[in-house]
Amino acid sequence: MSDRNRSFRLSRRQVMRGLLATSAFGLTAKFGTGCAQSPSSGGGAAADGAAAEELVVGFIYVGPKDDFGYNQAHAEGAAAMVADVPGIRLVEEASVPETTAVAETMRSMIEIDGAKVLFPTSFGYFDPHILALAEEFPDVQFFHAGGLYQEGVHPKNVGSYFGYIDEAQYVAGVVAAHMSPAGKLGFVAAKPIPQVLRNVNSFTLGARSVNPAATTQVIFTGEWAEPVKEAEATNSMADQGIEVITCHVDSPKVVMETAERRGVMTSGYHADQSPLAPEGYLTGAEWDWSSIYTELGQEFVAGKTLMAGDIPHVLRGGLADNFCKLSPYGPAVSDEAKAGGDAAVAAIESGELVIYQGPLKTNTGDEVLSTDQALKTDNIELEKMDYFVEGVIGSVS
Amino acid sequence: MAAGALGWWGVPLGILAGTLRGSVPFLLVSLGECLTEKSGKINLGLEGTLLFGAMSAYAISYLSSGIVGPTLAPWLGVLAAGVAGMVLGAIHGWLSQQPRVNDVAVGIAMIIFGGGLANFFGKPFIQPQAPQLPTIPIGGWSSLDPVQSALQISPLFLLGVAIVPLMSWFFKSTRWGLYVRAVGDSPDAALAMGISIFWVRMASIVGGSFLAGIGGASLSLFYPGVWTERISSGQGLMAVALVIFARWQPWQCLWASLLFGGAQALGPAFQSVGIDSYYYLFNAAPYILTLVIMIITCSPQRTLAGAPGALGKDS
Repeated sequence: MSDRNRSFRLSRRQVMRGLLATSAFGLTAKFGTGCAQSPSSGGGAAADGAAAEELVVGFIYVGPKDDFGYNQAHAEGAAAMVADVPGIRLVEEASVPETTAVAETMRSMIEIDGAKVLFPTSFGYFDPHILALAEEFPDVQFFHAGGLYQEGVHPKNVGSYFGYIDEAQYVAGVVAAHMSPAGKLGFVAAKPIPQVLRNVNSFTLGARSVNPAATTQVIFTGEWAEPVKEAEATNSMADQGIEVITCHVDSPKVVMETAERRGVMTSGYHADQSPLAPEGYLTGAEWDWSSIYTELGQEFVAGKTLMAGDIPHVLRGGLADNFCKLSPYGPAVSDEAKAGGDAAVAAIESGELVIYQGPLKTNTGDEVLSTDQALKTDNIELEKMDYFVEGVIGSVS
Repeated sequence: MAAGALGWWGVPLGILAGTLRGSVPFLLVSLGECLTEKSGKINLGLEGTLLFGAMSAYAISYLSSGIVGPTLAPWLGVLAAGVAGMVLGAIHGWLSQQPRVNDVAVGIAMIIFGGGLANFFGKPFIQPQAPQLPTIPIGGWSSLDPVQSALQISPLFLLGVAIVPLMSWFFKSTRWGLYVRAVGDSPDAALAMGISIFWVRMASIVGGSFLAGIGGASLSLFYPGVWTERISSGQGLMAVALVIFARWQPWQCLWASLLFGGAQALGPAFQSVGIDSYYYLFNAAPYILTLVIMIITCSPQRTLAGAPGALGKDS
């Protein structure tokens, strides 16, 4: 070791050279950003004129854009926005982790690409990265999927939107229960957070509206993307004779393919996974970002902004507002199940069906809602869910 | 769907099946690392090799299925994964043997490099479905569907198991095995014997990376059978730790890999029969096992029995 230390000494000339090189690099890098910034702020008119008044919209995804999951749903929505609204140019970056990396991506989209609207789609981007950048660039609009915006607390140029996808999960549960003679359903879940628990509960309530004895076995994998565990969970459910499996993980691809191989029926999530399970795919709860993004895109082009108050800061909706939808029924689905599913969709859209309707108990026997109580879909109480309803086999902690 | 619930029998069956399915990458990577470390160098980069191998196998299997047909394509993928591993191994072998270069540091760089390369080239292959390797059913004697599907053995598992006695014999009774051991135990003596330390280590690292690349192929073409950027989830690193646990013995690598493969199935198997408390603990079982092994086997007072003498030393 001592031998190494001695021979690793740098000569003065090497040190000087190194210092010069780093400072030169630092200077050019600084100049680089300086150059990129000046046309967007100083000579903005010239740059805009050349680009024929195109509005640049940036989309950032936490994973790959074609993962059959969360990111694909957003990327499809972004593609629809560009296709349907003239005058919008899309810049995208995929697989951006929820770290300072996303701040750098947002900064370069604003400063180099001249983006005026950003959609950083992953949940964990919001705090602190979006908030920090929003303070720094008050004329850029930030839209975040997650419904975290708080009036008065967060900057004016931040908006949030989220869909009540559990409505679609309820309908998927109805279809699943029709198709499962034994009423044994399975749910591969990532983490016990309110959104996941709500999906599990709504799926179960949907199933039990058809077959009061139906149960949902939950297996937590502990992470959003854990392919081996997801496959293991699906296999052990198949071993236990579970008949329909659905999931809430980042990419349902592994669950769908494994279940199909085991001859178990599946219900999708996030996006349409029917190509992965051509025989057993029943239906699925999908995000429908295309309509929302197209609508927002038209408002951007018309000059509306969050800051001026033309666009509401919080956008939420369910099946009726086209925030989510169901996959087309697979070939295995019986006519009876289709009718049941369609009826549930109609009842939810018209508002006559409230999913969280008393009496409702948790699976540990505690009462959540008494007979005359009900929590409508937009009730904020539902976003703090920390229990499983009766019929779910599993525990939150 | 025909078979009913297995109930409690599902737990041992799940673990057995998980062992047969999940231990393949552990087995191949640990055998590869065993060969590498016997020559006195550590290759931590096998995690990156695993990812790059998984990506190459999936990509080649998908791209070539139109040309050579879906039966031959996955095998071409396996070969491609091995070759891809060898390329990364050659880089590691050359870099880590430069003067004053630390092999652990190069290994960490190779994890990032291999992973980054795999993600970069793997983008277009996340969505398509590649033809998978065939499996060998040995559960035909049972009428139960879960038993039959649990006993689907991958040919890569058999390959790994076949390599174990071969490698053991190679180290013990062949001249080349002696060269590898000599270089690993006492480079000075090997040099005096007239053996090129550089080329023996290079060959060991490249050979080890070949096996690790095939381990990656088993991830993307057998189980779980998809290509995603997070497919390896640290299995390459665990396999490196496992070699220490196995005391650089190929036979013990086999048992250790089976143990780790089975530990992965613990969490899901227990939850599926309703034992749902402590699932984080069960899911963490392989990692806890690694940690325990490291604590038990490491001591500042003595070197491990069976450790190659020149391992982790400058030369």
